[in-house]
Amino acid sequence: MKKFSALSILTEGLSGNKGWKPHWQSVDPKSQYEVVIIGGGGHGLATAYYLAKNHNITNVAVLEKNWIGSGNTGRNTTIVRSNYLLNESSRLYEHSLKLWEGLSKELNYNVMFSQRGVLNLAHSLQEIRDSKRRVFANKLNKIDAEWLDSNSVKKYCKIINTSKDSRYPILGATLQRRAGTARHDAVAWGFARAASNLGVDICENCEVTGLQIEKNKIVSINTTKGNINTKKIGIVVAGHGSVLARMAGIKLPLETHTLQALVSEPIKPILDCVVMSNAVHVYVSQSDKGELVIGAGIDSTNSYQQRGNFSIISGQMGSLLELFPIFSKLKMLRTWGGIVDVSPDASPIIGETPVKGVFFNGGWGTGGFKATPGSGWVFAHTIANNFPHKLADPFSLNRFYKGKLIDEHGAAAVAH
Amino acid sequence: MLFIKCPYCGERDESEFHYGGEADISRPEEPSKLKDIEWGNYLFMKKNTKGIFSEIWSHSSGCRKWFRVDRNTVTNDIIRVYEINK
Repeated sequence: MKKFSALSILTEGLSGNKGWKPHWQSVDPKSQYEVVIIGGGGHGLATAYYLAKNHNITNVAVLEKNWIGSGNTGRNTTIVRSNYLLNESSRLYEHSLKLWEGLSKELNYNVMFSQRGVLNLAHSLQEIRDSKRRVFANKLNKIDAEWLDSNSVKKYCKIINTSKDSRYPILGATLQRRAGTARHDAVAWGFARAASNLGVDICENCEVTGLQIEKNKIVSINTTKGNINTKKIGIVVAGHGSVLARMAGIKLPLETHTLQALVSEPIKPILDCVVMSNAVHVYVSQSDKGELVIGAGIDSTNSYQQRGNFSIISGQMGSLLELFPIFSKLKMLRTWGGIVDVSPDASPIIGETPVKGVFFNGGWGTGGFKATPGSGWVFAHTIANNFPHKLADPFSLNRFYKGKLIDEHGAAAVAH
Repeated sequence: MLFIKCPYCGERDESEFHYGGEADISRPEEPSKLKDIEWGNYLFMKKNTKGIFSEIWSHSSGCRKWFRVDRNTVTNDIIRVYEINK
């Protein structure tokens, strides 16, 4: 693997950029691995990378049914933050945020992590109370958090409409300055490249068609590129989590829904932070290309279709204009949908399953991107040790049988 | 946007309806005798079918009645709409 540096860019620039190699080796799977990760999105690749890096397990394959970066990793709205209310979630996401802060250096790949600050708006007295409570909770967990009143919000984000006459006036906001955005494709590519460099096999266009279980243990996997013997698998497939788990006879509390997003035509830099609103239900940031990246909530029906209802889009446009009347003439460039697996408490499921050797990481719903490195870190630890990482332990599948839900729904922001 | 034919009112736009999710989830007859695993399965575990899925809808901005729909979750095609318990 060629190391990226100012010098390598300069030398390549002078020699016609002919020396660059593919960032990772895409190979066909071998017939046997120590660990097989199903799902080549950010979380799966991060898991493989940390298995190799932290636990010295390199006889690993990542199976991706499509190409790297083709799923939700390349479809999301790229927001990274850790200002969650509950201890369990805030610790997990803060661990992830700390990894984000050093990720470009760690992977030798520019993931363009930009800590531009995230505002979570409050539009009612109750939201002010909830938001302040979240700020206090964050501070207790040593996570940076601030409460801004309406005037300070206007000062921080000059184009926002803080008029008292709007239908849902902005009464204040929480601000996490260390939060921000990252380049989503680069995260997948960077992890794929770094994992591949440590000896992990990245197998693209390789779909899993069956899981062979004997005496409640995983023994092999059927794929479109042949069978693979293994004693450990990690299922990290977002929207298709239930489908894969069913192959192993595992019940999950997940429902698959379409989540839509859209971007505007590119404009000059105008919005230098991320703005999210629970009450009017929209979130927006501006990409480095200049497009506004806009998201909202999921479509209501169970769906495996990567397209959603227009009513969601028209609703989120209405919400956007409520916050930013300045965008009223802006044209939208394209919309798309991805399928996300939503759990009953809007928290992920990470850890062991009733079948020995089958590990599951999913249920991230609408907000998994921010957790990419942290999720991979704790999942790799769990797989390597056959024992949950302490940050992942509260997120086990067992919590639905013990009644220990981590109910972040409504406690965090619109994207959970 | 789906067009749903309410068994009582006829075809209407999806925005008139409220989604109720998976059908055929019945409350256990003797809840006090359930083990944790049975409670967990009843309360939380979902079929989440990829393909033809049986679900319930309410015509919340119309007759307010609940009814059943069989819908393909991959194509969004509605296969059948029928009264509950039929």
